[in-house]
Amino acid sequence: MPPGGANRETLMSLQDITLAFGSKIIQQNVSFDVRRGSIFAVMGGSGCGKSTILKSMIGLLRPRQGRYLVGGDEYWQGDDAHRVAVNRRFGVLFQSAALWSSLTVGENVALPMQMFTKLDPAAIRRLVELKLGLVDMLHAIDQYPSELSGGMKKRAGLARAMALDPDILFFDEPSAGLDPITSARLDDLIVNLRDGLGATIVIVSHELPSLFAIADDGIFLDAQTRTPIARGAPSWLRDHCDDPQVHAFMHRERPETPSGRTD
Amino acid sequence: MTDHLLWKMIVPTEAPNRLESLVNTTDHGQPEWRLDSDASGTVIVLSGEWIAQDGRIPPFPADGLRQVKKGQGIAFRTDSLGRWDTALISFLWDVKQQATRAGLDLRADTLPDSARKLLDLLPEQAAPPPPPPHRRFAPVTAIGAHTLDSLTEIGTVTELGAETARGALAAATGRGRMRMTDLMSNVRDAGPSALLIVGIVNFLVGAILAFVGAVQLHKFAADIYVASLVGIAVVREMSAVMTAIIMAGRTGGAYAARIATMQGNEEIDALTVFGIPVSTYLILPSILSLILTMPFLYLYGCLIGILGGFCVAIGMLTVTGAGYFHQTINAIALNQFELGFIKSIFFAALIGLTSCRIGLRAGRSAADVGIAATRAVVVGIVGVIALDAIFAVIANTLGI
Repeated sequence: MPPGGANRETLMSLQDITLAFGSKIIQQNVSFDVRRGSIFAVMGGSGCGKSTILKSMIGLLRPRQGRYLVGGDEYWQGDDAHRVAVNRRFGVLFQSAALWSSLTVGENVALPMQMFTKLDPAAIRRLVELKLGLVDMLHAIDQYPSELSGGMKKRAGLARAMALDPDILFFDEPSAGLDPITSARLDDLIVNLRDGLGATIVIVSHELPSLFAIADDGIFLDAQTRTPIARGAPSWLRDHCDDPQVHAFMHRERPETPSGRTD
Repeated sequence: MTDHLLWKMIVPTEAPNRLESLVNTTDHGQPEWRLDSDASGTVIVLSGEWIAQDGRIPPFPADGLRQVKKGQGIAFRTDSLGRWDTALISFLWDVKQQATRAGLDLRADTLPDSARKLLDLLPEQAAPPPPPPHRRFAPVTAIGAHTLDSLTEIGTVTELGAETARGALAAATGRGRMRMTDLMSNVRDAGPSALLIVGIVNFLVGAILAFVGAVQLHKFAADIYVASLVGIAVVREMSAVMTAIIMAGRTGGAYAARIATMQGNEEIDALTVFGIPVSTYLILPSILSLILTMPFLYLYGCLIGILGGFCVAIGMLTVTGAGYFHQTINAIALNQFELGFIKSIFFAALIGLTSCRIGLRAGRSAADVGIAATRAVVVGIVGVIALDAIFAVIANTLGI
């Protein structure tokens, strides 16, 4: 049994989900549980559908079939208002940060609070400063996203994801394009957020060092069979999983194919 | 520290002189704090639920640590602290900043482990608010800067036009790098797909001219001259100008938005690094497709405009179809068509060049794309009408 806080309660549950664009199946028979307080990694090679799974979990893509439960509630049943209410619990860091380019960094973080809370401007300003301070972006509070570097955009995006103190955070390739030091700092921050705020974190990544360091549960998706092929914490999979695909991925090797070719 | 001090520092309860009231509220209710002291120094006692979205985060007053002696440590007591999120961290950060400023030793190790970790991530000083931008009223400087900008812009557009013309020359002699597929897809977008809207607008313009003319000319029993009026107005001015305005809004805006988006995606940078000239790869097909299609759209517009006038005249006036046709042919000389034809080529070049230039100089954000598209349409329409006025003066002087 792979580790992963088996004693903690299940917060999100995907049951036999199939995702498709038109007639093209992206992933099928996807079933896994995310436990409260865990850092759950969605792993797999490029193009296997990791980001698509994430998209479906945050409500941007309705699965072809299957059930998706958040806190015991069926996510895809009910109207849009229901999903908007559930999404209030979500914070998402998009792959390209997706900051609103016509707003400053500070306004980006403030906007969700202005829309969804009754906090007065001074309180919002304090919380914005705090969240930008946590990701070390306080100096850029009045800058526009076009003036930021890639890593700074990521950090600002993380601050925005935390705007409403969500209890579930989704990260799409958080460390892509970051230097090792910034990336390690981001890892620490993610762990601190989980520990400090009791957040549950779903992270899509193939950044192995960071996955080994922080993730305590996960699922491995295969691009060929279009199904999940392994389940467990990345470091556990590295040491114990015999599947050649998973082994090759975790040890940065080229997978061996019968013809001896690699592709 | 004495108990006396403790009494004074109970903040922010409603009855600060009654300790009992404080005890009652410490049980997972309002977020509250107070300064206390024990053998080791000052203690900040935290209680209640600290949830940001409840909107009840007590601020830490700027002189909150005034009475703590320098060099003393500040510890925390969190026995009766309920649920908390970043609201608590926000408060603790205020304390941290003031403690740093006052040279006090903040004992973060007395906080819950998770809160301490988050607090450690925060800098010791918040960023100072940025100074308000300094703006002086300097009209001479402003006019000068504006003039220089305008002159530079005229130079840049001319240079771009010359570069594109050179590219066109190279393409014509077979040494160019323009891809025919780009040109063809641009021609299709600019030409055939615009036929419907150009047709509708010109038909209505012809009909409106006929209405206006019919009312006046009927008074003089000169009904047949509606054909001359509509024919000359449409062929000399209206068809060329209306078609150009439609194309400025439709195609010019699209070019500006497309190139501005490419700018934002670093696609223009990629072209530049490869050494693919933006002028031949992007701008030449755009301008050329407009130059190729607009004259024909103009002729088509003339035909439809005259048809619009014809329909109104037949319906309202005592004019026969053959008579209208005959009068139209008599009224319009061939050189009127030449004038309109040449004008529409110039309009096409103007729209293509300005919209591409506006797209190229756009910023990199989504808002900038919108600004570029708007500006391209405005500059296109104003430019077309201004150019048409110049043509009118020239034609008048030459007696065409």
